[in-house]
Amino acid sequence: MSRIVAAGQGLVDWVDERFPLVSTWKYHMSEYYAPKNFNFWYYFGSLAMIVLVLQIVTGIFLTMNYKPDALTAFGSVEYIMRDVSGGWFIRYMHSTGASMFFVVVYLHMMRALLYGSYRKPRELLWIFGCMIYLALMAEAFMGYLLPWGQMSYWGAQVIVNLFSSVPFIGPELSVWIRGDFLVSDATLNRFFALHVIALPLVLVGLVFLHLVALHEVGSNNPDGIEIKKNKDPVTGKPVDGIPFFPYYIVKDLIGIVVFFMVFFAILFFGPEMGGYFLEYNNFLPADPLQTPAHIAPVWYFTPFYAMLRAVPAMFGSQFAGVAVMGAGVIILFFLPWLDRSPVKSIRYKGPIFRSALAIFVVSFLVLGYLGVATTDVWGKMPEILPIIGGIEVATIVSRVLTIAYFAFFLAMPWYSRIDKCKPEPERLT
Amino acid sequence: MSKSPSMTAPVVGNTSGGSFTPAAPGAEMPQRRKLLLAATSAVGAAGAAAAAAPFLASWFPSERAKAAGAPVDVDVSAIEPGMLLRAEWRGQPVWVVRRTPEMLATLDAVKPKLADPESKAPQQPDYAANATRSIKPEMLVLLGICTHLGCSPTDRLAPAEGWAGGFYCPCHGSVFDLAGRVFAGMPAPTNLVVPPYKYLNDTRLRIGDDSKGA
Amino acid sequence: MMKTAMTRNRAFAALFSLGAMFAVFATAVPTQAVAAGSNFPLQRAPVNLQDAVSLQRGAQLFVNYCMGCHSANYMRFNRLTDLGLTEEQIKEYLLFGTDKVGSPMTIAMRPADAAEWMGKAPPDMTVIARSKRPNYIYTLLKSYYVDESRALGWNNLAYPNIGMPHPLWQLQGAPQLKVEEKQSHGHAVQVKSIVAGEPGLMTAVEYDRAVGDLVNYLVYMGEPWKVKSTRIGIIVMFFLSILLVFVYLLKLEFWRDIKH
Repeated sequence: MSRIVAAGQGLVDWVDERFPLVSTWKYHMSEYYAPKNFNFWYYFGSLAMIVLVLQIVTGIFLTMNYKPDALTAFGSVEYIMRDVSGGWFIRYMHSTGASMFFVVVYLHMMRALLYGSYRKPRELLWIFGCMIYLALMAEAFMGYLLPWGQMSYWGAQVIVNLFSSVPFIGPELSVWIRGDFLVSDATLNRFFALHVIALPLVLVGLVFLHLVALHEVGSNNPDGIEIKKNKDPVTGKPVDGIPFFPYYIVKDLIGIVVFFMVFFAILFFGPEMGGYFLEYNNFLPADPLQTPAHIAPVWYFTPFYAMLRAVPAMFGSQFAGVAVMGAGVIILFFLPWLDRSPVKSIRYKGPIFRSALAIFVVSFLVLGYLGVATTDVWGKMPEILPIIGGIEVATIVSRVLTIAYFAFFLAMPWYSRIDKCKPEPERLT
Repeated sequence: MSKSPSMTAPVVGNTSGGSFTPAAPGAEMPQRRKLLLAATSAVGAAGAAAAAAPFLASWFPSERAKAAGAPVDVDVSAIEPGMLLRAEWRGQPVWVVRRTPEMLATLDAVKPKLADPESKAPQQPDYAANATRSIKPEMLVLLGICTHLGCSPTDRLAPAEGWAGGFYCPCHGSVFDLAGRVFAGMPAPTNLVVPPYKYLNDTRLRIGDDSKGA
Repeated sequence: MMKTAMTRNRAFAALFSLGAMFAVFATAVPTQAVAAGSNFPLQRAPVNLQDAVSLQRGAQLFVNYCMGCHSANYMRFNRLTDLGLTEEQIKEYLLFGTDKVGSPMTIAMRPADAAEWMGKAPPDMTVIARSKRPNYIYTLLKSYYVDESRALGWNNLAYPNIGMPHPLWQLQGAPQLKVEEKQSHGHAVQVKSIVAGEPGLMTAVEYDRAVGDLVNYLVYMGEPWKVKSTRIGIIVMFFLSILLVFVYLLKLEFWRDIKH
């Protein structure tokens, strides 16, 4: 036994003379001090990493049988699901993983909003995160074309056509993106290339930068105070910090197992998730001559899609709506400089900020609902939601909520400053 | 269990103001902790292995490949004595030869020149490990793939000057007799393969399936 | 005083988080509306993937009555061994002439020819129950009625002016449309329904069962691994519950080091 240990130590020493193994381990794991008061909101970062790995592994296995060809793509997905052993499991992991990725990323972003994790000195960390979110949206959009079903096809058609509303270069731009005058084999092939290699590389690179930035500045916490301000005079370690390894590793394991229970319950018992994770119409092969009666993007894009629909055409162009939709994502990048509150965490922020955040979350969720609901459902709104009746009212509601969404950001410098905050504690609570 | 101290619990000398009590350098982990760690790792590893299974399984031939490689039925009634019929099984050539009594007579004569005259190497199912390497003596069934590097040999069934008849591989010159046995000193190390087969009735042969019953 | 404020803060954060999560899931729960061509009320299809006998009958109906025009290109005949059939039974009762038992359920008619003859190629049926949903197909097959004004003599209440003639007319006979005037909220409303006409090979009860079997089979064919998937799912849930106990105990054990 002791000889094995000695041999192991010898190997570690050998590597360590040639590569910063132990110091890296210490810096990022055993001597990375994280605040001791993380709550469940802090699970979603590690969960996002787990899902990223799952998506990469299942994606690699899917490419072994998938054919990026307009004639055979739909059939090759059914081939994977039926003829390849274990194929349905691998494919459902990937399709469930895509939606669950957005679930954990949205909750991870919500955590940052709650506890002010975007505030100084974590601005760059937040920006890397926003870039990950942006890359993830592109990755998901391109991936959704690959099964070559009706929703894949018409979803891509609609989104690519948004680019044609860009002034002057728009029409040529959308043709250039598609490589054809409509979404076609050429589009499928290039989206495949971007989906399986280009964007995953970008994502992995950004996640790496995100982690480097995190470990440079240290983790925030539910109290929103810096544990680095209170260091032990002898050791120089933060008094309220505990090493990430082993304490947060073992804690994250709980989150991972619970996450897998949700994940596999969806995968084994209802991978369509009521038509939200796998849309029913996507089981019809793409037909360029017939648009399905009801098309809506996959749920994770719908808040922004609702904003697009809320904005009326101006000067004979849809560009205003497209610009608003894009701005809805881009505005996130500026958040660190919009919040002027003296405290970070929602725990010590005043009633105005709390109300603003609540309104923002409700707006985002209702916009998401309005985006997934088809226009004729908007028309039937009085039956579903008696408060808002008819398609006109639904349009007005979506406009009001779009304004609320932007007001949360744009008015923040003002309301975050005048808000009555409570004093932050000296130590973690 | 005790690994290099730098890789296990954090090594921090002081415990005065910190919010945790780290293990002293090199200290043994508590028994309960060790047990739980081992148990969790074991259960987790079992789960990981189970999750990996479908991924590994996906590399085996798919249902489509299996359907394409399904046993093929051959009608042998049309093969004239001394003639060869080519069938395809799993995308590979299979030869069915109806040997004449003269051809069968050569099998004994060439024996001294063969590498494995008694078919000792497992290049055939047990029921074909006999003098004629076949179920019915006259009817030879062979996988037409050279055991050297996988070329398909050509048939030279007719006897010629110094040649009793057999198969010749054009790639590296390996020579086989009329039972697919390789001559000594050839590049090919073993006899040609006899695929699994069975007779459905007197004239119908099923290649790729030798299960008992219908 | 400070302490109670703190507790309230925590309670707020927890409530807020829960509310947010609930809202996220609540939006995901209602099933998405599905195109059914009209707002015709759908009947509930008796789907039961455990009922092998019903699935076998459904498979036979599919082969006999649908595969004249509709393929199931991604479904292999030998997969029907899932339903308790042997390969010999599949060959004897379900296979056409030269088909092999491992071949997919293809049809001889080429889609391009079909489009020329019928205006539109009949869609492949492999995953039709996943896109159109079982209740819709079930309702559709029970809503045909004789309509001489249509080229092929058939119309459908669930899908007005449907292109496909009644595929099961030999079994159901020639159902008729019945239009009644009824008073509803003071208005005269037309209520349309299907009534039996000239009888077919089956009674009304038998026909309902046959349509149920056929739809059951289409659901099975859309996701043939479904029964297996549910079974594995239960094992996985059980396994993860055990793992959860272990990781929870492990966390408690390690976190005994932490001073609060």
